[in-house]
Amino acid sequence: MDTTHDLLAAQPFLAGLTGAQLDKLSSWSKRKTFHAGARLFQEGGCADRFWLIREGHITLDTHVPGRGSVIVETLGPRAVLGWSWLLAPYRWHFSASAVETTLAVELDGPGVRDLCTQDHDLGYELMSRFVPLVVDRMQNTRMRLLDLYGGPRP
Amino acid sequence: MTMTTFRYQVRERTVETTDTVTLVLAPLDEPIADPLPGQFTMVYAFGVGEVPISVSGRSGTRDIVHTLRSVGAVTKALSTAECGVTLGLRGPFGTDWGMPDGGDLVIMAGGIGLAPLRPVIRQAIEQRGRYGNVSVLIGARTPEDLIYVDEHDVWRDADVDVRVTVDQAATGWAGHVGVVTTVLDGLDADPARSTAFLCGPEVMMRFGARALIDRGMAPEAIRISLERNMRCGAGLCGHCQLGPLLLCRDGPVVSYDRAAPLMDIKEL
Repeated sequence: MDTTHDLLAAQPFLAGLTGAQLDKLSSWSKRKTFHAGARLFQEGGCADRFWLIREGHITLDTHVPGRGSVIVETLGPRAVLGWSWLLAPYRWHFSASAVETTLAVELDGPGVRDLCTQDHDLGYELMSRFVPLVVDRMQNTRMRLLDLYGGPRP
Repeated sequence: MTMTTFRYQVRERTVETTDTVTLVLAPLDEPIADPLPGQFTMVYAFGVGEVPISVSGRSGTRDIVHTLRSVGAVTKALSTAECGVTLGLRGPFGTDWGMPDGGDLVIMAGGIGLAPLRPVIRQAIEQRGRYGNVSVLIGARTPEDLIYVDEHDVWRDADVDVRVTVDQAATGWAGHVGVVTTVLDGLDADPARSTAFLCGPEVMMRFGARALIDRGMAPEAIRISLERNMRCGAGLCGHCQLGPLLLCRDGPVVSYDRAAPLMDIKEL
């Protein structure tokens, strides 16, 4: 069976980290399995972890009065779930559920934050991966704000 | 000949979404010339007006299939035309998608942009052995706005990788939610031998083309379908000008290396 170190090393998101850096991260990591329908976290809850998805799909949703729960994004293999653990006040902005059986590596938020404080090189490496991720999601959100499919088309 | 309007009768009408229908049009007299995938016709709702509509398929050897969305007076008249109603057709006009001889195909559609791409998908399936991996990426606003839903599984059965995503959905939707470029992840297509076909809102095509270029595709191998105010259909009136291009004649299908510089000029 693969160790959490092996699982982390296989994640494209962490490509380029040294073995020693992966070792440090693996001490705050564990493998997780979510069954279909399982709630990973709830909007407003304490954001104290994040996940690297290995298999399966997770949806992010929010409650809209009058419309019920609305899915705002789906994340699949190789995606990173959760960045609210990075920034105070460490609260989830959305809720997340497993669409199907989903395998992931779970990382402890406070633990990884402490690692980044102690090891600035590792902190820089992680931030240089999370910033593009957040920017990418923001750009996608901007695209959706345009409501592109609302316009006329011959 | 292309300036002559031919009479066609609505033979079938299928409601795709709340504002989109598919019409099968049968010629009452002489049919127009065979349209190629990507070309459009000018469809005339008598007494209301004429609009350009991309051909979304053929039915038999003579009938033309159009999928159209009700967004104005003419398309409203067309989309509410019941079976038996007579419409006018001119064309076909413009450039076609230009199917390659082989390689992988990446077909990216947004909203009703899937309609002009359906002939490409069908041709790729008819000649499936000619191509490597064929991927169809479909984006829509909500699951209710997806068109040709019944055909998605037919395409999958024909060894086509069909990926569907919507901008938002109620819980219970088991498909993907996100912009269409997010389903590019893990795509099985060799950038060096792929041809891409994009149709949808212009911003979507721009983002989609950039994402494909980031994955190593050459701009010349990316084809997009552009629209402007097509009127005459024959490059005479100039209404559809986009810089040096008259899109009714030089388009609607244009390679991205040619289109990208023009799309960046907001005055155009």
